[in-house]
Amino acid sequence: MAEEKKIVIPIGPYHPLQEEPEAFRLYVEGERVVDVDIVIGYVHRGIEKLSESKHYDQVPFLVERICGICSTSHPFAYVNAVEDLAGIEVPERALYIRTVIAELERIHSHMLWLGLAGHFVGYNTVWMWAWRYREPVLDIFEMISGNRNHYGMMKIGGVRRDLLAEHSQHLKKTLVEVEGAVEMFRGAVMDDPVIRARLRGAGVLTREEAVDWCVVGPTARASGVDIDVRRDDPYGAYDRLDWKVILQEEGDVFAKTVVRLLEMGESIKIIRQCVEQIPEGEIDARVRDIPAGEGIGRVEAPRGECFHYVKGDGTNRPVRHKVRAPSYVNVASNKVAAAGGSVSDAAITLAAVDPCYCCTERACVIDRNTDRVVMTGADLIRLSQEKTGKLRQRLEKQ
Amino acid sequence: MSETDKVREALGDSIQKWHEHSPRRIYITVRPEDLKESARVFFEEMGFRFSIATGTDTPGSIELTYHFSCDKTGRFFSLRTHLEDRDNPEIDSIAGITKGAEWIEREIWELLGVNFKGHPGLKRLLLNDDWPEGVYPLRNRKKKTGTS
Repeated sequence: MAEEKKIVIPIGPYHPLQEEPEAFRLYVEGERVVDVDIVIGYVHRGIEKLSESKHYDQVPFLVERICGICSTSHPFAYVNAVEDLAGIEVPERALYIRTVIAELERIHSHMLWLGLAGHFVGYNTVWMWAWRYREPVLDIFEMISGNRNHYGMMKIGGVRRDLLAEHSQHLKKTLVEVEGAVEMFRGAVMDDPVIRARLRGAGVLTREEAVDWCVVGPTARASGVDIDVRRDDPYGAYDRLDWKVILQEEGDVFAKTVVRLLEMGESIKIIRQCVEQIPEGEIDARVRDIPAGEGIGRVEAPRGECFHYVKGDGTNRPVRHKVRAPSYVNVASNKVAAAGGSVSDAAITLAAVDPCYCCTERACVIDRNTDRVVMTGADLIRLSQEKTGKLRQRLEKQ
Repeated sequence: MSETDKVREALGDSIQKWHEHSPRRIYITVRPEDLKESARVFFEEMGFRFSIATGTDTPGSIELTYHFSCDKTGRFFSLRTHLEDRDNPEIDSIAGITKGAEWIEREIWELLGVNFKGHPGLKRLLLNDDWPEGVYPLRNRKKKTGTS
């Protein structure tokens, strides 16, 4: 290793254009990525410690803000944990409302990812259309909860707001529109020979690696690991509804794309059933005190298992609150998924675990032999888009 | 044989305490020296998935709880152990058994001060480089200050 490390372009993890900082240092030899160094912690805010100074019913508002795009998942897992601790039975109607909210979130989260993935491989039309079709879903959230993100719906023992009849009417219409969009994307992505050629075989995470790194969510299911918290450890109303877990085998970026696309279809099915079957009744168990004890709650967030552990001592505050987002285990697995691949696949591989957003702008590429930064994150995206262009030209010639 | 029976049999004498909080939440206490082997049994023999570990500062000890998920049945088997030497808490790393434990051991090391012996690379995960050494944010010891 050289004594003097020359950084050609210093790209800090903070950048005005970025939503969230994370740093990937990709070590390359020629065109091959040989190692990946992942540095996180730039948005560590001490949420677990903060929880210890909040009342139990303040914590959902805190954990909702851990992540902007899957802001249902954390409060949902948290209330599940406290309800496990205290043995609270949640009214049926509330379980169905929780399920509707969670599945709407899955749809808009997967749509967002689809758009970003499209951008990374040079399909900016996919990007624009995917984000356009998120809008009706966000409008539904605004109608039900008042907010496009951070819905404040989950509370210990139930939900904060009811699903009114006019909401259900609007929801049914929106689902038809979204279903049309999902069908369009399914055709556009799965039947396009260029996309298939571009993403097939890229960023493979084998089944063994998926198990060894304990990955979750679509990242796991794309590698043939058959896990889904909604089916395995049911919560909400999932065990009362008819839906299926989507699995693929190849573990590459194409497989992960297919899983997310097909999951959106299942989410629409689930929401429709909820709207049909939701019973009348209370939406809140009106919990007063939380006894001493401990509980574990989890949900299948769009990215995978979101885990919360809560320990109480009988006061009105948690004594310990452990939070583990799905990206914690999934992002770590990029160490093997990106290594061995080409530099032009790096952007899409890092993005394929859907790390709450695409953090590859934070990536920089370092030449192993000289230890110099040779490429920035923007270069990686440009390289990825160029590869698609060349592939398209080659396929058109055939 | 049910799955919980298999777990009981596989861990045998290592089990100091077995607590079934609810049908799908089971907490098993073992001695620190038995933790690594118990984790290996869970991961390699029983095929459980390592979900995460929780480190908690308690009055008597540093408590470590390793949460393993049996995805086939939706049960969590949480392996718990207590490190009584609060000045120098240490335990064998399980990162050699599952890569999924590498990051959380780094996190517990930096936030609680537990040394994981044999970990491939204990370095900071979340805390900034200029965070002072020896200050563990998740420890609950009260600092003596001028006012109280």
